[in-house]
Amino acid sequence: MATVSLKNLTKRYGNIGIVHGIDLEIADREFIALVGPSGCGKSTTLRMIAGLEDISGGDIDIGGRVVNDLPPRSRNISMVFQSYALYPHMTVRENLGFSLKIAGAAKDDMDRRVAEASAILGLDELLERRPSQLSGGQRQRVAMGRAIVRDPDVFLFDEPLSNLDAKLRTQMRTEIKKLHAKVKSTVIYVTHDQVEAMTLADRIVIMRSGHIEQVGTPDEVFSRPATRFVAGFIGSPPMNLHEATVSDGRLVFSGGDSLPLPGQFKSKTSAGDKVVFGIRPDDFYPTGHGLSSGGETEVHRVELPVSITEPLGNETLVFAEFNGTDWVSRMLNPKPLKAGDRIGMSFDLSRAHLFSAETGKSLRN
Amino acid sequence: MDENASARLTRRALTVAHRVGLFLAMLLICLPGIWIVLSSLRPTVEIMAKPPVWIPQQLSFDAYVAMFSGIGKGGIPVLDYFRNSLIISVSSTAIAVAIGMAGGYAFARYRFRGKSGMFLGLMLTRTVPGIAMSLPLFFVYARLGIIDTHFGMILAYVALNIPFTIWLIDGFFRQVPKDLAEAAQIDGCTRWQAFWQVEFPLARPGIASAAIFAFLTCWNEFALASQLTRSVNSKTLPVGLLDYTAEFTIDWRGMCALAVVMIIPALTLTYIVQKHLVGGLTSGAVKG
Repeated sequence: MATVSLKNLTKRYGNIGIVHGIDLEIADREFIALVGPSGCGKSTTLRMIAGLEDISGGDIDIGGRVVNDLPPRSRNISMVFQSYALYPHMTVRENLGFSLKIAGAAKDDMDRRVAEASAILGLDELLERRPSQLSGGQRQRVAMGRAIVRDPDVFLFDEPLSNLDAKLRTQMRTEIKKLHAKVKSTVIYVTHDQVEAMTLADRIVIMRSGHIEQVGTPDEVFSRPATRFVAGFIGSPPMNLHEATVSDGRLVFSGGDSLPLPGQFKSKTSAGDKVVFGIRPDDFYPTGHGLSSGGETEVHRVELPVSITEPLGNETLVFAEFNGTDWVSRMLNPKPLKAGDRIGMSFDLSRAHLFSAETGKSLRN
Repeated sequence: MDENASARLTRRALTVAHRVGLFLAMLLICLPGIWIVLSSLRPTVEIMAKPPVWIPQQLSFDAYVAMFSGIGKGGIPVLDYFRNSLIISVSSTAIAVAIGMAGGYAFARYRFRGKSGMFLGLMLTRTVPGIAMSLPLFFVYARLGIIDTHFGMILAYVALNIPFTIWLIDGFFRQVPKDLAEAAQIDGCTRWQAFWQVEFPLARPGIASAAIFAFLTCWNEFALASQLTRSVNSKTLPVGLLDYTAEFTIDWRGMCALAVVMIIPALTLTYIVQKHLVGGLTSGAVKG
């Protein structure tokens, strides 16, 4: 088991920078998720930790040992690939035992460890099959089994669930969480799916264009996004984000509509400031149908026309027109609504976010 | 008769027609081979008869017996030729496949300066007909003193085969997902081990086909060999066929018998190797 620490880690291909000097401390047994849109450098970062990609600068430290130039096999890590990368010419048993065979383990030791891994993942029935005879979920399990057998310091997962269908993905997500509880090792998990990151990770690292935007617990990145990018990336449906100008204690939007400036930001802004106002669909809701109906401290109510609704059974997403554009809101205990209806909407301004239009940074702190 | 019955009948009729068609096509393809085998077993009169005699009247193994009877009794040094052919073909195939594997792997896996130019250059060498090279090659070899040697023939055949083996093996390595070698390295392999344990077994069908093609090219090559070989030191079987031509006559029967002797090892080898030619071995490695 080991800590992982990245110091000013950089990756360049020629003149093109991919990862721009990131710093990250990962505690022993921590489950860290790297998320971000494609091309943000998260997979490259993982591959650098694995040793599959040379680093252009900085340091990678695993368990107190700098591993910058060590080959993958000397880092005591294991990795689950997006494509599973099972060896097609070997049976499941041979796939699981491959790393032990290469390490020259004794036969009975090998059998015992393969049996352990196969018991954890329920692969006993499949040991003599070849990868081509397995379903997607089974292959995924074998790939995880192959990682467990090595008993590594650090598990690396590179978008392991993105090839599975939605139902299987949810199921495997639970399995990965159980697995982490069982094997208790450090996990670095790359995904572009924020739900996976939120549900699995102890801490989430949100990356964009080779930089770290924010590192925090799922609750932190959700409730207190540090930047406009994080605010828009985490949460589904995404936060409503609209540019506005501060004027006379109000936020004036480009279309002319305005909202009161939330109290907590009064001291942090001055007239004429360009800002981005953000409010989650949970904090902007048809009056009486919100999460915290009744207990709000700073609510602004307006009547708005409904432009479209998306019923989800237990809730309905209501798109209401404000300032000339659609703002998405979450309606709990839904009532039937139709386009064109005018309904009372509540902005819970105490839970709103404000970002600098220039830097994108949150004005909360 | 209802619709289903007539559909069934049509399907059967089509199956029969399909099989008959296939049989005729195969017959056409096999005819030269069959003709050679038949001709090696019957007298020259029958071979040269016009109109052709389709059904042999008398068959004998005389030509084969004569072939091995030694010089002066109608024989030719067939064992020497066979040995030369075998040494030259096997060595040059082994070398061409080894270089083809290294080159094919490099082209499939690495990025380097001038890669596409080099690849194109290799392919362009295939556009020059071998026989056009025979005279220049003869001069160079004469100067180097390697005419009529195994070494000279092996060198020529290696050069002849490398572009093809590189091209074919490159294609097969491209089909082996890169993730597999990376997974193997994480599992504790060195780069070298990852190649032999994972990538090589998966590209084996391609390497086997490259080997067969290279071997057959060497085994059957005539144009270069007829220029660069002189004596039993290095003459190969195809060149040996010329031993059956005299100033005024050609012993067609003997020639056909030698051709059969040539075909048998090639056929056997192809048969043995073909089980390695099973494609689709990589399925299941990655999603799919």
